[in-house]
Amino acid sequence: MKYTQGKYQIAGKSALAKDIYSIEIICPEIAEIAQPGQFVHILPAGFTLRRPISICDISREKGTLRIVFIVKGDGTKEIAKLNEGDLIDMLAPLGHGFTVNDSFKKVVLIGGGIGTPPMLPLAKYYGEKAIVISGFRSAEAVILQNDFKQTGAETILCTDDGSMGTKGFVTEPLKELLKKGDIDAVYTCGPTPMLRNIAAIANEKNVYCEVSLEERMGCGIGACLVCACKTKKDGEEHFAHVCKNGPVFNSKEVIW
Amino acid sequence: MADLSVNICGVDFKNPVIPASGVFGYGREYEELFPLSALGGIATKGTTITKRNGNPAPRIAETPSGMLNSVGLQNPGIDKFISEELPNLMTKDTVILANIAGSTAEECVEIAKKLDETDVHMIELNISCPNVKQGGMAFGATCEGAASVTRQVRKATKKPLIVKLSPNVTSISDIAKSVEAEGADAVSLINTLLGMRIDINTRRPVLRNNMGGMSGPAVFPVAVRMVWQTANAVKIPVIGMGGIATGEDAVEMMMAGASAVQVGAAIFTDPFAPVKIIDGINQYLDSHNIASVKDIIGTVEPW
Repeated sequence: MKYTQGKYQIAGKSALAKDIYSIEIICPEIAEIAQPGQFVHILPAGFTLRRPISICDISREKGTLRIVFIVKGDGTKEIAKLNEGDLIDMLAPLGHGFTVNDSFKKVVLIGGGIGTPPMLPLAKYYGEKAIVISGFRSAEAVILQNDFKQTGAETILCTDDGSMGTKGFVTEPLKELLKKGDIDAVYTCGPTPMLRNIAAIANEKNVYCEVSLEERMGCGIGACLVCACKTKKDGEEHFAHVCKNGPVFNSKEVIW
Repeated sequence: MADLSVNICGVDFKNPVIPASGVFGYGREYEELFPLSALGGIATKGTTITKRNGNPAPRIAETPSGMLNSVGLQNPGIDKFISEELPNLMTKDTVILANIAGSTAEECVEIAKKLDETDVHMIELNISCPNVKQGGMAFGATCEGAASVTRQVRKATKKPLIVKLSPNVTSISDIAKSVEAEGADAVSLINTLLGMRIDINTRRPVLRNNMGGMSGPAVFPVAVRMVWQTANAVKIPVIGMGGIATGEDAVEMMMAGASAVQVGAAIFTDPFAPVKIIDGINQYLDSHNIASVKDIIGTVEPW
């Protein structure tokens, strides 16, 4: 089995910040095979299209997945109405996740805003080998910092307005870290301008970099060709699909 | 268990449910969820003569009880379809409808000729794609245009030829009659309704292509009406589609005159929709003591 669809029970729900919710879902067969960077495709009750949400935590022991999402429109508003004990309609696990490498000695994980949740499984994998840089608009939007600390990773927090952590963008601490020259890989998820800048910085220093992209999706499994993103492979430009070829891409393949 | 089999243009279908062109790719992704042999048939992604990249994203948007799409016929081209996808599909014990979507009549002819030399069961000629600048809906917008491309493709292939019609016309039944007169063996309808949404905060259309094709349950009543009108206007079989999401919807579409149904947007909502629709048709027939699904085709009793 690569993926499956069904209705799964919610084990717990909590609000992390304004409009940001965390839901833990009991789905042993999905938790068993889910990988960091993959996503789940959730059907809000009464809607036509599913909503892709990245996986924030995978517990094979408990047989659960955790997702953290922001209410952006009517679909995510409907998903946010679900509570502990309710069933959630999910097609999962989907997509090509992050490539993890046991031989990497030091990696940088960078999450921007609602792009921080998919960094958590990576932080758990790399533990003390990881430096997690998280960037948010302001203190009210900050999420998951205790979760990242518990992984043993070093954490750096930035806010745009300086209301918590360091004032400024995530790219500043990244540049400092890359100057030392001992970083094996950079992994990132967040707003497109942030990803583009990080990809350029990593490329300049010749550091391996993976980016997790976002796009509106249809089927979620690579059949309908809705979630196109421009990529290049072997010198040729083509439209890849965020749901199946991604959401995680080698940053050198993405045409920004 | 009722008899679900139907025969369209001499081709036997084990049941009347076919995933529509575009939503199902070439079946590979759905085969992870259920065996393709469960399906009556598969309408493959519209193919052009050479590789086509499609439109920029976003290509999809939710609408009340439906959706808009503007994929724009992204596909690898007919040669790759024939060499890399068709051989695999032909082993799946289901009817394969190759959907062709050239920008010009000549391109459609060239594709049809190539398909004529394969084992594909049927050709579905798409003269109704709303998401491309050339060809597509432009062919299907007038009786003359629809007749002309049908005439030329008819000469290029002996395969059963289904012509897929656009609802964005004054009279879809007149278009159906004009393609019937040129030798179409069947018609399928409706393709998507041309639509548009605007983000009022950015004043930008939600789709990068500005406009797109609307589908989903919201269009179902329009589709039933058009299938009913068309089935009453032509003698060739009609394949009905547009917003079918349940077995009951499929039964309703067949009562309107469809000999089989295609399922599109519902597959996004529930990837198992085609198999659930097959079960639903069977349950309806059993609970009404109807021996064969063929016995419900066109049986609506209008007032």
